[in-house]
Amino acid sequence: MPQNEYIERHTKLHGRRLDHEERQRKKAAREGHKQSENAQNLRGLRAKLYAKERHAQKIQMRKKIKQHEERNVKGAADEKEPAEAIPSYLLDRANPTSAKALSSQIKNKRAEKAARFSVPIPKVKGISEEELFKVVKTGKKVAKKAWKRVVTKPTFVGPDFTRRPVKYERFIRPMGLRYKKANVTHPTLNVTVQLPILSVKKNPSNPLYTQLGVLTKGTIIEVNVSDLGIVTTSGKIAWGRYAQITNNPENDGCLNAVLLV
Amino acid sequence: MATVLPPPSKRQRREEIERTTTQQDVAPLLATDLGSFKANFVDGDGKQMADVIEINFADATEKNISVLLNTLLGRDREDFTPYRFRIHIPGGDVIIDQYPTDLLGLLKKHGVANPFETTITLSAEPQAVFKVQAVSRMAHRIPGHGQPILACQFSPRTSSLLATGSGDNTARIWDTDTGTPKKTLSGHTGWVLGVSWSPDGERLATCSMDKTVRIWVPENAKTFQELKGHAKWVLAVAWEPYHLWRDGTARIASASKDGTCRIWVVNTGRTEHVLSGHKGSVSCVRWGGTGHIYTGSHDKSVRVWDAVKGTLVHNMTSHGHWVNHIALSSDHVLQTGFFDHTKDVPQTEDAKRQKAKDRFENAAKIQGKVAERFVSASDDFTMYLWDPANNGTKPVARLLGHQNKVNHVQFSPDGTMIASAGWDNATKLWNARDGKFMKSLRGHVAPVYQCAWSADSRLLVTASKDTTLKVWNARSGNLAMDLPGHEDEVYAVAWAADGKIVGSGGKDKAVRTWRN
Repeated sequence: MPQNEYIERHTKLHGRRLDHEERQRKKAAREGHKQSENAQNLRGLRAKLYAKERHAQKIQMRKKIKQHEERNVKGAADEKEPAEAIPSYLLDRANPTSAKALSSQIKNKRAEKAARFSVPIPKVKGISEEELFKVVKTGKKVAKKAWKRVVTKPTFVGPDFTRRPVKYERFIRPMGLRYKKANVTHPTLNVTVQLPILSVKKNPSNPLYTQLGVLTKGTIIEVNVSDLGIVTTSGKIAWGRYAQITNNPENDGCLNAVLLV
Repeated sequence: MATVLPPPSKRQRREEIERTTTQQDVAPLLATDLGSFKANFVDGDGKQMADVIEINFADATEKNISVLLNTLLGRDREDFTPYRFRIHIPGGDVIIDQYPTDLLGLLKKHGVANPFETTITLSAEPQAVFKVQAVSRMAHRIPGHGQPILACQFSPRTSSLLATGSGDNTARIWDTDTGTPKKTLSGHTGWVLGVSWSPDGERLATCSMDKTVRIWVPENAKTFQELKGHAKWVLAVAWEPYHLWRDGTARIASASKDGTCRIWVVNTGRTEHVLSGHKGSVSCVRWGGTGHIYTGSHDKSVRVWDAVKGTLVHNMTSHGHWVNHIALSSDHVLQTGFFDHTKDVPQTEDAKRQKAKDRFENAAKIQGKVAERFVSASDDFTMYLWDPANNGTKPVARLLGHQNKVNHVQFSPDGTMIASAGWDNATKLWNARDGKFMKSLRGHVAPVYQCAWSADSRLLVTASKDTTLKVWNARSGNLAMDLPGHEDEVYAVAWAADGKIVGSGGKDKAVRTWRN
């Protein structure tokens, strides 16, 4: 169990209080009144913050309404021929193409043997341990004699990670620098999808960094591609594929990667 | 971490020793006399085949009963037909499709308290006398097409000729024995959407995006006729069954996106009739052995036409969405004409015609009457089973069960089962007599595009978007063989009439043949 999910655990074990549904319903029903009151009565900085948040919400709401409206409109079937030949029973059907195109591109590329072992960023700058780790003093009893190392770069920490007892913990991976998702681009199609990271496969600087899950430029990560519908030749759904990080996440605050094909 | 089991306790050890040292009493396991039941054999139409006979439960295996029935019918040992039995549970309308290993137990389970005194009705379904082996390996991968393969069909005459139509505007004929290309039929200016061999195997028809149908002579790859007239893509073609050919020429029906179906005289290239009435693209056409043409359309209707007069006979409007595919109960025999598993082809034209007619009537006969049935598959997740000769526009059954659009439907060659393939990744088997659901064949991880039966109706091969073919045992519903090998979606699959080869093609542009 991940360390911070004690509330979920409690609900699983003991269930919810009996009037939970009713309270939720009432809370939702009060929501509008609450918002109205806040909008009218808040003053100063709090009003500003509130207005900003509400503005963002409304934008999302309008987008969603627009999407629903677009879905209901029946567009005229275009007589244009699809680019790639399809059998008669697939003609006139709206095919979800992008994800599928992605997988067939990968397959075509795989067929070329030379492409199999090349990565987009072959050389990376090495990162020394001095740069990566910061030392913090710890321990109360003997006037902070012990010390630990703090990772100063972004990391990936698996969902089932549990901290060791504080006394034995040697590395600290700050919560604020943890990433769960990467924006993965397909190199030839220029399709970018946000995909969950499964693991860090290789950090070229140091095997220790791989172990710690440090995400730097050139690191190979494994991403979850199951919702793209890629299928292996034996007909199983492929769900893990490798990707290489292309940006400096510590500078950019996001994680961009290219899929390895 | 592996769990280490604790050592057995003293009591367990004592019991173990006791069990291994004492002699077990096997008498109840080997009950010699299980008693007997009375069996009443009926054929598929419910007619009694032989006198009621008493059978010992201990001997009542399906094979034994099949031999017994053959003996009762006074057949020579050489002429024995294997039978499959469906068990009618007395005192109810429950019918067991699959013969059990323990008949007595099954009867008791269904509440027959004393099976020894009841008469049990067994309906016997003759099986093909030949047996097709499940294909298990890829025999050939033949590249040649420059674009995805959209359709394929084996010649009815021989399994060594396979025709494919492709997005590169050509149709090709392959020699499946050697795995080599034989002929390239180029002339179309659009994708070739369908290929169809004439029932005598002398001509090949292709339909295309360029709004034409072409008839080819396969031997020299020459165009025999180019049939122009449709205003939009031609999606499907159907040959006139061999026994209906008139005036020394065949006819062919073509279905188009322009909402019409045209009947052409092949030798002259003339349009005989234009069957108009559909308000949407006509997705599928079939030419029945009784002289009717069946069309399914995107306007949700299925229509039955008179092929000679060109008039509308029935208009079925039960479907709630596009009709995708139509299958006839006699599809297999109409496609193969006078060729059958015995390989003796009649010499004269009249004999050929007679044989084709006999084969058709045998296949389409229900209760002594020629009644061609057909089933239509639709985007509304359902299928309808129709019997226009007896029921008119009223369906025999509505086949419910698919959880997504149904793309393809196929009668088994013996006409007892229907297989349907759909977008819900499942293939389903139905009883063709009453439309009852039989089995669901699960295993594909993507939509199943097409399926094809083996000629003995025991095996079914399905082609899917997940790049595999799968061979299923229709009887048990088990996966007989998984055939990976395609690198991309498989669009078309066909099983040769002699059962030796399966041909398939798809998005990866190479034809593959599979053998046992």
